[in-house]
Amino acid sequence: MNSFTQKRWLVLTALAVTVLVLALISASYGPYDKVRAGEVLQVLAQKTGLSHATIDETTTNVVMDLRLPRVALAILAGAALAMAGAALQGLFRNPLADPALIGVSSGAALGAVVVIVLGGTVLHGVVDVLGVFALPLAALGGGVAVTFLIYNLAKIEGRTHVALMLLTGLAINALAGSAIGLMVYLATDEQLRAWTFWSLGSLSKAGWREIGAVAVLAVPAMIVLPNFARPLNALTLGEAEAHHLGVPVQHVKRWLIFLSASMVGATVAVCGTIGFLGLAAPHLVRLAFGPDHRLLLPASALLGAALLLLADIAARAGAAGFDELPIGVITALVGAPVFLALLLRARKKGEF
Amino acid sequence: MLTAYQLSFSRGNRLILDGIEGSLRPGRVTAMLGSNGAGKSTLLKLFAGELTPNNGSIEFGGKSISQWDSRELAQRRAVLPQESHLAFAFPVREVVMMGRFPHLQGSEAPHDREIGDAALHKLELAALADRPYPTLSGGEKQRVQLARVLAQIWEPPASGHRYLLLDEPTAGLDLAHQHATLQAAQEWARAGAVVLAVLHDLNLAMTYADDAWVLENGRLAATGPVEEVLQAPLIERVFQVQAELLPRPGHARPVILIEPRLSK
Repeated sequence: MNSFTQKRWLVLTALAVTVLVLALISASYGPYDKVRAGEVLQVLAQKTGLSHATIDETTTNVVMDLRLPRVALAILAGAALAMAGAALQGLFRNPLADPALIGVSSGAALGAVVVIVLGGTVLHGVVDVLGVFALPLAALGGGVAVTFLIYNLAKIEGRTHVALMLLTGLAINALAGSAIGLMVYLATDEQLRAWTFWSLGSLSKAGWREIGAVAVLAVPAMIVLPNFARPLNALTLGEAEAHHLGVPVQHVKRWLIFLSASMVGATVAVCGTIGFLGLAAPHLVRLAFGPDHRLLLPASALLGAALLLLADIAARAGAAGFDELPIGVITALVGAPVFLALLLRARKKGEF
Repeated sequence: MLTAYQLSFSRGNRLILDGIEGSLRPGRVTAMLGSNGAGKSTLLKLFAGELTPNNGSIEFGGKSISQWDSRELAQRRAVLPQESHLAFAFPVREVVMMGRFPHLQGSEAPHDREIGDAALHKLELAALADRPYPTLSGGEKQRVQLARVLAQIWEPPASGHRYLLLDEPTAGLDLAHQHATLQAAQEWARAGAVVLAVLHDLNLAMTYADDAWVLENGRLAATGPVEEVLQAPLIERVFQVQAELLPRPGHARPVILIEPRLSK
């Protein structure tokens, strides 16, 4: 085992343990204070067949229907957003890239706001048929459609031109922003409130059905993506240089955009927009453990999961008397200063 | 043998290369010379397979380079880029190891690590191996890139030849490293590789190249052994300068003195 393999194993194990600990803390915490860590573990032991102790039904229901779905969604969403961020930063060779750049976020937001504002009137037929799935489906559809549009506009003679894609993304995101603005202008007060909460992000919509839907899209993508670690390392040198090294550049680009869009699209559809995680988690990993994508991709996923669990705990703890704080508020409020501190440290060490 | 057949390339309406034909031979260093905008970098990119010619073709090992599997070609062909920016702060050793990419079966074998270390030593970079690439000076970066490129085609393939394309390999290097770089190029050629280097310094070309290709406005003005090609009248016409070739005691090839052309 060489030193890199050793380091990778160590870092990933440590992060995985952190995620498990935070998951248990998160699951032990809630308004129904008879259910704490011990009860959560008992229910888990019983469900996995390790224990046959009798547990009262309320406890089981709280754990299985309220606490665990939330924990599972935080892990899935955090991992998906952070890993997609890492992949896109590598692909665009730009440490500032985040999922918003390829249009997933703005497309999803547009889909969501259209359903929220027009769902009761123009689109009520569609919304009646789809029920509670109308919003997530519209968000996913919007995200994927806008990504597809930007991707195709940025192709020259069959090759995706990265700089052109960044600029096209800017223009299309601005257009989507304008359409969202129009929708917000047309919205009633109640719709405005619904839209605001969606755009701040939330893990509270989680039921097992929604989580299943996110998992179906995001988990396969998370399994496939680490296979692109070495090509992503080579892409750091530049597209021409990666091509000289035998990397099938166009094929890699197409796959990375497709995988990232499905991961982010699925997450945003269920949780709304959760800012900053996709940008910050890969940076933190890079600053701590270096830029090698063989470590960066899985470590970003684990750190993203840990950070979102932490943010969710904070969102509920900080709400004191209210329902809970929107999670997007917490990710930026806590994430940004930490990120800034790390940047300043790196600047001092001359790493820029 | 790396052979160009009636290559032409245009961008928009502008014809950049026209009717390029000739062979680069294994065992020899070929210097590609010409003034700015003559088409040197474009021709290098065509040889690299990075651009596709509008007309004509390039053959290597008996088939067109567009028909090569990209990985198999990368095991035999390496390209030193002109600029060497890196998006993320990889340590020097890992940048050099990226050169082994086309040879890896799954993970890095100890053999690949040995080659990486040998390439670091060859370019006197062992002391910098753990430094983050962005903290290096311009010349050091250029040497790291050369080490990466040499690691890529460190050993001859089981069959056929290797080829090495160098786009202004001496730009930004101090004198000792300019010579060290071209000595490495020469060493690769002597071991059976095809080597093509874009150069601006005619004396370096005269010292290290075996053949020269001189480009003038997208066409080949002259090709052949370097001492036959680099004659005063050609230099004066192509580079718009005055040239004088002086014999050098103890050396087979002359030294070239350049002065600005007198205004008419």
